[in-house]
Amino acid sequence: MAEPLLRCTDVGVRFGGLQALAGVDLSALPGEITAVIGPNGAGKTTLINAISGMVQAQRGTFRLGADDITFAPAHERSRLGLVRTFQNLEIFSNMTVLENVMTGCHARLRVPAWASLLRTRASRAMEKTIRDEALEVLDFVGLFELAKYQAKDLPFGKQRLLELARALGARPRLLLLDEPAAGLNMSETQVLADLILAVREHFRLGIVLVEHDMDLVMRISDQVMVLCFGQVISRGTPAQVQRDPEVIAAYLGDDED
Amino acid sequence: MSVGYRRDMRWLGGFLVVLLLAPPLLGNNYYLTVLTMCCLNAMIAVGLSLLVGHAGQISLGHAGFYGLGAYTTAALSTTLGVPVGLSMLAGVGATSGVAALVGLPALKLKGHYLAMATLGFGVILSILFNETVGVTGGPSGFTGIPRLSLFGVEFSSDLSVYYFILALLGLVIWVAFNILHSRVGRALRALHTSEKAAQAMGIDIARYKLFIFVVSAAFAGLAGVLYAHYLTFIAPASFGFLFSVQLIVMVVLGGMTSVPGTIAGAFFLTVLPEFLRAFENVEILLFGAILVLCMMYLPDGLAGGSSRLWRLVWRKMFVRAEKDPMEGGGNG
Repeated sequence: MAEPLLRCTDVGVRFGGLQALAGVDLSALPGEITAVIGPNGAGKTTLINAISGMVQAQRGTFRLGADDITFAPAHERSRLGLVRTFQNLEIFSNMTVLENVMTGCHARLRVPAWASLLRTRASRAMEKTIRDEALEVLDFVGLFELAKYQAKDLPFGKQRLLELARALGARPRLLLLDEPAAGLNMSETQVLADLILAVREHFRLGIVLVEHDMDLVMRISDQVMVLCFGQVISRGTPAQVQRDPEVIAAYLGDDED
Repeated sequence: MSVGYRRDMRWLGGFLVVLLLAPPLLGNNYYLTVLTMCCLNAMIAVGLSLLVGHAGQISLGHAGFYGLGAYTTAALSTTLGVPVGLSMLAGVGATSGVAALVGLPALKLKGHYLAMATLGFGVILSILFNETVGVTGGPSGFTGIPRLSLFGVEFSSDLSVYYFILALLGLVIWVAFNILHSRVGRALRALHTSEKAAQAMGIDIARYKLFIFVVSAAFAGLAGVLYAHYLTFIAPASFGFLFSVQLIVMVVLGGMTSVPGTIAGAFFLTVLPEFLRAFENVEILLFGAILVLCMMYLPDGLAGGSSRLWRLVWRKMFVRAEKDPMEGGGNG
């Protein structure tokens, strides 16, 4: 079995008196889609926030490949290849679609800031390279024609795709998707599912997916982990998880006490 | 993107040509003084628009940086006899250094809190300029500052000083455009809209905020040192809170994110009081009224207003010939 790409051990997050996550372990393999599901308030987004460094976990360790990222700030984790999207769209509304994706490429650029100030030859060459790469990514998600538009003028579904494209611009090793299907209709969700599978194929990366849409999760994930009140209550393949009585109880409520 | 850069460079070229030709056309010395002040204020405003308009970090202390540059070079060159070129460099350097020290803690604050912190900083500097009489000359000002000179060559005429300042303004605008059309500019706009998303894209937001804060303070410091050696006299009143507010108004009036707009705002706000002098008692009243009207009818600033006007004129003049005249009908 392959070495896990992401390994989180014994993660605990507490907000005041609320224990949002307790003793959560999660590993994600390269080339696999790992889904995190659970009822509302189970701590799914908190887990994504803790992994991406937006929320500091009080307990636990995080490793990405060979790197210990437990104490790395959010932007450092992104530089190491751990890139996320947001449930509530956080696109850069004051830029064009293309610039959004070029911003995604930001961390991979190794030209110092003063070179940009003086617009040296190296910085111009770099601009051109990432522009081409950004256009490639936009082509991949199907937004090539919209590259010149202002990001804020895109319809909601396309903005979701733009978030994905921007994250892909960073060439992640592990992609964290926080409810990518939220707010999408059935057919848009279908397109998204195919796209996520294509992303895995094309970019050969690991994906951790937090999602509400069960059809989507069951269709594309290799591993599923179920959270309930901040704790892992089940994990396995989609089929195994679906049969787990504890999961069914958590979702439907357990009446027989 | 590079298309936009070429357009901006053409604009910069045109702008410099106009300002090169302006003095002989305007003729009189008074106009030259106003024009020089316009260029100095534009220099500060361009830096401030990078900070406020693009990165979304407000500063109400930029008059302080302006004064810091002016007083540093004044004290070094006049009191200690340091050559003017060196003292000017030291002035810009000191301003950048202080900006870095102040920015490090202050930029952890956001929105109104950052505004308050920079305001406090500006007030402290203003008090220092007034109270340290031994160094700054206090409220009555610092006199006898040597005129601008580099490598032993003095800029003896006001016109030569004007051209030197214009060249440096051109440089400042060029750097500003370079920043905006690069990853640095994208990082600034990114952290303006969503700090979370900017971090998720690997942008070290603290570093970029500090970077642009220092750059914009350095522009203000540069304007300050030029001002000191141009007028050869400085007083604390020029570097007070009111001027910080005026600088912000220049940026807002210009249209927040447009460099040409900001420059237009700086020129407009510098020239306007000169024209309104004729009205004596109601000067301030008119000044305020014009600002209010601008804000009401030019919500996207001078930049947005002029581009709308340009499109309208373009349609009226050229499109009518090709298309049905009915279309251009009632939109005057």
